[in-house]
Amino acid sequence: MTEGAGNDLRAAVAAGVLGSEEQFRALLQSIVDVARAIFKAKAASILLLDAETDELVFEAAADEASESLIGKRFPSSTGIAGFVLVSRQPLVIEDVLADPRFSRETAESTGFVPKGLMAVPLLHEENALGVLEVLDRPREARFTLAEMELLGLFANQAAIGLDLLQRARRAQRALRGDGDLGVLARVAEALENRRGEEDGSREGALRLLAELEKLL
Amino acid sequence: MSEELPAWSLSAEGAESIVLPEEWPGEITREWAWGGATGAGARVCVLDSGIETDHPLVGAVQKSVAISVEGEEVIVEDNDTAGDLCGHGTACAGVIRSLAPDCELVSVRVLGAGYTGSGAVLLEGLRWAIEQGYDVINMSLSTTKQKFASLLHELADTAYFRRTMLVASAHNMPVESYPWRFSSVISVGSHEQEDPYTYYYNPAPPVEFFARGVDVEVAWNGGGRLVCTGNSFATPHIAGIAALVLSKHPELTPFQLKSVLYLTASNVGGAR
Repeated sequence: MTEGAGNDLRAAVAAGVLGSEEQFRALLQSIVDVARAIFKAKAASILLLDAETDELVFEAAADEASESLIGKRFPSSTGIAGFVLVSRQPLVIEDVLADPRFSRETAESTGFVPKGLMAVPLLHEENALGVLEVLDRPREARFTLAEMELLGLFANQAAIGLDLLQRARRAQRALRGDGDLGVLARVAEALENRRGEEDGSREGALRLLAELEKLL
Repeated sequence: MSEELPAWSLSAEGAESIVLPEEWPGEITREWAWGGATGAGARVCVLDSGIETDHPLVGAVQKSVAISVEGEEVIVEDNDTAGDLCGHGTACAGVIRSLAPDCELVSVRVLGAGYTGSGAVLLEGLRWAIEQGYDVINMSLSTTKQKFASLLHELADTAYFRRTMLVASAHNMPVESYPWRFSSVISVGSHEQEDPYTYYYNPAPPVEFFARGVDVEVAWNGGGRLVCTGNSFATPHIAGIAALVLSKHPELTPFQLKSVLYLTASNVGGAR
């Protein structure tokens, strides 16, 4: 078994016990809500890189039209978010509308055309997982490097959240999968569900598993 | 230095034969370093998202190249007409032009083909640019992929020994990314002041210099302008000043150029 598959299996077994996608989604949502509030911005969003299709996908959004944004996707090198992802460089841009070509299509498809934008890559270990964007922060004063640092701190938190969400998804795929080892995850899930049942089935299954382990 | 000198050692009489073309200037000042210089003769490469040609803040771009990688094959599109796919490369080019108006500008586009494979394209773009022998390469981007670190390190050293100064954006988050962390490049972070000629030497690397990077008015696609913040806009400030220095003193090696930048930094004596 490759190391990656082993990790996925462990995650799958853990997911069978814990459940998870919803909780990690809630974590991302709370990160964008707080980012929006702290920067007094009109909107904030987290975009996840879908490595299979090389697209960025809206995973969480805090603004008026947030529900409709989730799941929208666009090519990973489009506009500012794409640049930030590929270059690993955070950018703060005022008056985005001054550029007639700047991802207007993407912005309009989301129903929200920002006047200003802060975008920071979500880096976890050596991977860029996505982008955190904060849109339309009030232009009261010059931008400060302290704000940039704060943005970086949020990005770290969001990157950890995204990493957990991706692990949970891989685990769910392993659980659903019909591969040879998916059965282990399903057994872990079934055992967890039978916790507290008094028909002895759980104890019987655990004894069988202990014997199976000796055999292997 | 003459070509026949031994590369690895120097005999007693050999010392006589190392002729440096410039007399030691005694005191290095900004006037000595780039007074009267326009960047003429300096060749500057912007490794980025492309450059919009004939932008009012950029002017003529002498050459535009696009790099892509398909499997093992590196494809160099010698006459890239795609312009700038984001606006960022144009922004960097405009900053360089504002400081060194007569320098030669070359765009090497390494962005635009998506995220997957972008590390390999960055590497090959840098390799190509170093082979062309540009005086300064502006890199406002980096990769976090560990597998490229040693290759990028080799390339950065190759550039250094071939008299190509790599000027790279530092990361403002505590992550490992490359090539800005290597000592053979000049790494640049941001300060908050408005003067484009204010830059500071940082005695606590890996970030070596801080330049203007907050609320910078830059060129953007469509002939437009934006106000931007980020280390990627501080970097072309140092690249532009490096182009000025090299246009006046083309004999300087990257080591000497770095030393001149240090001596003329705003927190060091020569900043007059």
